[in-house]
Amino acid sequence: MHQTEKETAELIKQISGSDVKKCMKCGKCSATCPAYGEMKFHPHQFVTMVAHGKVDELLRDGTVTRCLSCFACVERCPRGVEPANVVAAIRVLAEREQGGSNFVPDEVPALIAADNEIPQQALVSAFRRYRK
Amino acid sequence: MHKIGVFVCWCGSNIAATVDIDRVVAEAKVQPGVVFAKDYQYMCSEAGQNIIKDAIKEYGLTGIVVCSCSPRMHEATFRKAASQAGLNPFMVEIANIREHCSWIHKDKEEGTEKACVLMRAAVAKVTLNTPLKAGESKVVKRALVIGGGIAGIQTALDIADAGFPVDIVEKNATIGGRMAQLDKTFPTLDCSSCILTPKMVEAKSNENIRLITYAEVEEVSGFVGSFKAKIRKKARYVKEDVCTGCGVCMSKCPSKKGLNEFNMGLNNRPAIYIPFAQAIPNVAVIDSTQCIKLNTGKCGLCEKVCTAKAIDYTQQDEFIEEEYGAIVMATGFRPIDASKFDEYSYSTCKDVVTSLELERIMNAAGPTGGVLLRPSDGKHPHSIVFIQCVGSRDVSGRGKPYCSKICCMYTAKHAMLIRDKYPDVEVHVFYIDVRTPGKNFDEFYRRAAEQYDVDYIKGQVGKVWEEDGHLVVRGVDLIANEQIILNTDMVVLATAIEPDPTARKVANMLTASIDTNDFITEAHPKLRPVESPTAGIFLSGVCQGPKDIPETVSQAGAAASKVIGLLCKDKLTTNPCVAHSDELLCNGCSCCEKVCPYGAISYDTHLINDHGVKETRRVALVNEALCQGCGACTVVCPSGAMDLKGFSNKQIMAEVEAICL
Amino acid sequence: MTYTYYPGCTLKTKAQDLDHYGRESLKALGITLEEPDEWQCCGAVYPIARDEIATKLSAVRALAAARDNASPLVTLCSACHHVLTRVNDDMRRDENVRTKANNYLKLPVPYSGETEVIHYLQLLRDKIGFDNIAKAVKNPLKGRKIGAYYGCLLLRPSKVMQFDDPENPHIIEDFIKALGATPVIYGMRNECCGGYVTLKDEAQAAENTNRIIKNAASKGAEELITACPLCMYNLRKHSDGTVKISYITELLYDALGLREELGDAPEACETADGIAAGCACKRTEKAE
Repeated sequence: MHQTEKETAELIKQISGSDVKKCMKCGKCSATCPAYGEMKFHPHQFVTMVAHGKVDELLRDGTVTRCLSCFACVERCPRGVEPANVVAAIRVLAEREQGGSNFVPDEVPALIAADNEIPQQALVSAFRRYRK
Repeated sequence: MHKIGVFVCWCGSNIAATVDIDRVVAEAKVQPGVVFAKDYQYMCSEAGQNIIKDAIKEYGLTGIVVCSCSPRMHEATFRKAASQAGLNPFMVEIANIREHCSWIHKDKEEGTEKACVLMRAAVAKVTLNTPLKAGESKVVKRALVIGGGIAGIQTALDIADAGFPVDIVEKNATIGGRMAQLDKTFPTLDCSSCILTPKMVEAKSNENIRLITYAEVEEVSGFVGSFKAKIRKKARYVKEDVCTGCGVCMSKCPSKKGLNEFNMGLNNRPAIYIPFAQAIPNVAVIDSTQCIKLNTGKCGLCEKVCTAKAIDYTQQDEFIEEEYGAIVMATGFRPIDASKFDEYSYSTCKDVVTSLELERIMNAAGPTGGVLLRPSDGKHPHSIVFIQCVGSRDVSGRGKPYCSKICCMYTAKHAMLIRDKYPDVEVHVFYIDVRTPGKNFDEFYRRAAEQYDVDYIKGQVGKVWEEDGHLVVRGVDLIANEQIILNTDMVVLATAIEPDPTARKVANMLTASIDTNDFITEAHPKLRPVESPTAGIFLSGVCQGPKDIPETVSQAGAAASKVIGLLCKDKLTTNPCVAHSDELLCNGCSCCEKVCPYGAISYDTHLINDHGVKETRRVALVNEALCQGCGACTVVCPSGAMDLKGFSNKQIMAEVEAICL
Repeated sequence: MTYTYYPGCTLKTKAQDLDHYGRESLKALGITLEEPDEWQCCGAVYPIARDEIATKLSAVRALAAARDNASPLVTLCSACHHVLTRVNDDMRRDENVRTKANNYLKLPVPYSGETEVIHYLQLLRDKIGFDNIAKAVKNPLKGRKIGAYYGCLLLRPSKVMQFDDPENPHIIEDFIKALGATPVIYGMRNECCGGYVTLKDEAQAAENTNRIIKNAASKGAEELITACPLCMYNLRKHSDGTVKISYITELLYDALGLREELGDAPEACETADGIAAGCACKRTEKAE
């Protein structure tokens, strides 16, 4: 099923439940983001990009996989925009594509072999956040 | 025989674009009793009013219906016109075909249909109207101003200058309010105290002004022209007329742990204190929660050292009762609690302060004697970060949805003053938008950036924390598109302002309406900005909405002029649309008395001649001066004895029938 | 007093000590924890996308089991607490999730958020009382300067979690005080440790945890405590060892004097094979 970029943006708004129009562009999400430095696009930018219907690049470039799901942006946003929910929506859309997974079971044995202390919680979280 | 005239207004295109005027006129002409119908582009204009006047005279109209805007807008206009043409003004009915019809309909067919219905209902009602005569009520020539900040002081001074006595009731021990706490004022940087304290002195010395400080209004009854207020004057434990303000008691008081409210709690004050050196009245007050004598019975040191013999530990709260013709609300504001935004570490780091706290630190009479020092260690800071919009424009539930209006300017002021006095201090300002409408305001802000090298960064701060004896600020620079981490010595939060918490209580007492943010609502946001919808209640200062000092002073003057206009009148005409009880139908059940919000209904037991049967009965009696015509009593009356003049049950039913036709 | 208890996957394996110290401490305080039969992993992260239902079902099962047990559901792992609380909130408020989840699960009695999910710390504070815990302390942790590390999952989003003031929390500080130690307040205590991203980018987790530990140390903390196994992993992995890191329950265990009595917690599973074989999950029971 092929979607236009605008349609995808609409879908992102829908499954994130986030009202990106509420954003007043204060940048507090980006000011608070602990993964800011690892991202090509930053929280305030992807809220605006979704609002403008420009999401193709966000779906491809991997910025959103850098989100730690720490919800600091959700907590501190003065407008109730919930940027982390926008990220989650973009992520699941990217991961639901064929070959969209960022984490496969085959990686696990090597990870554990390298570091036996990795808690189950980390593996389960990674499976849930990185693949569909 | 009724002779009704119907006048249909276009209101330019406001009505005419959505309502087929010709059809309304045509339908009006065939209504029973209607002898004349006409339309005009602007019925409220002089030419429009002349059409009405001429028709009344020419056709001997007994009642008129004007199909136009809301009666709130122009009912008074059309009643006056009718009256000038010799028709009783209460023989005028308004069919609201603008707010209730054209403005909310898109479809012209539907709009026209509804306009016809509204016109029919108004015609049906007006045929049952009876001429009414407005009564008169007295005007007590004294005003009450609640709040003694710059708004209240200015309003009181202006009213007093016009020759009317005014009482200022101030809840704190001194007048002066927030302005007294400020150091300099924007955009001229003149000293706040230097311009305020003379006004405070003037308020004290003006013979028409009575200052009632350390007092709160507890009860208000009555109505415009004739309010009654009960004022609680809290016990000061110091005789106000005896204390000389020498301050010896302050220096001897052993209890020194009370937080100094005037300095925003940045330092302590004794249990007996004068709020600040220029306080009016310059009289001490005892904080009963801190006083050792009042709490344990021991001590009494202040009494011993007071040569004027002003201390009185047995003092009780006193009550003052007074009548007023008008009441002005000037209850002011406070900054919101910054600990709601603890990502900025206000609760845990002493060097994170609010702007009002900085104002005290910068003030020569403040806790540091006006020297800029960090609260944590008293050292000179080398860098300061200002964060704007802390809690303003915030719909998350933590802050306020509105712009607090004054923060951009006071932050620019602080930044500039610091850079001017301490050129070694780096100043950064994080802003979302810089909003500086106002005379010389933007120029002022640009001066801070351009001449004083204040570093304005577009973006917000997400987190402030303390580390190794300094503060770390993580923010974003949206123009550079980068997250920045700054080490700094102090952080200043431009916290949102909110109405003083007493505003809600006072507004309830005065039945003045209040919005969701606890700002008092104006009678009309543009055309009646200093009046409350409740007659006789006026608004001054921030209680109506965020504003700076120049705006507050202008509004204070405007409120005063409205009060003076009212107090100049010898009599007020009262609304004749009041309730009355048919004593033949009344069974004295008290239902109406219970629902009356104005206490206008009482009972009388007297001899009644009921169709030849004479008996003594208890019946309801309406005080027409108190009744506001709300109609609650007519709805609850089980026997149908209560009715409202001008809105009788018969008239309402006639309207309903006309609508259902 | 018995409470339904949801340990979660990690507390059965890598974080057996968190679980063990927690259970034994409560036992000493007169409280028994009872696991529902056949609980499943909660998923460790809350599925944020509103069209995800299936990934919420295992949490609903645990919540429904607690309801049927007529008990609040006690959690200990921050991630479990986060997921269970948020899914519970969905079941209360979101009709779409509620209807679909119930359609999938076909429980004997449909579930609509009746269970109260409480974290171990809330159990200590609200059901037992920190003052009573202070009375039960045998080895007051006098002189120990301990920083609370809250992380993200217990606090945010506060509108749903309603755990504590999200920006200036104090429940762990109050807990530390009750045990006789001195809490150290530092700004980074509610900032993210790096979470699961550590599997993809160790450097980022290192940067985050270093900032947290550095900040805590600069304020005088000699130890940090946490309720989350993933926070524990990240903090331990990237700490240089100058700041000791332990679980909240271990601190309680020590203060109640249980180590003298019962010794250390059994060792966690050693190998991947061991986990795969499922031995670890049953080991505590076997030992008993």
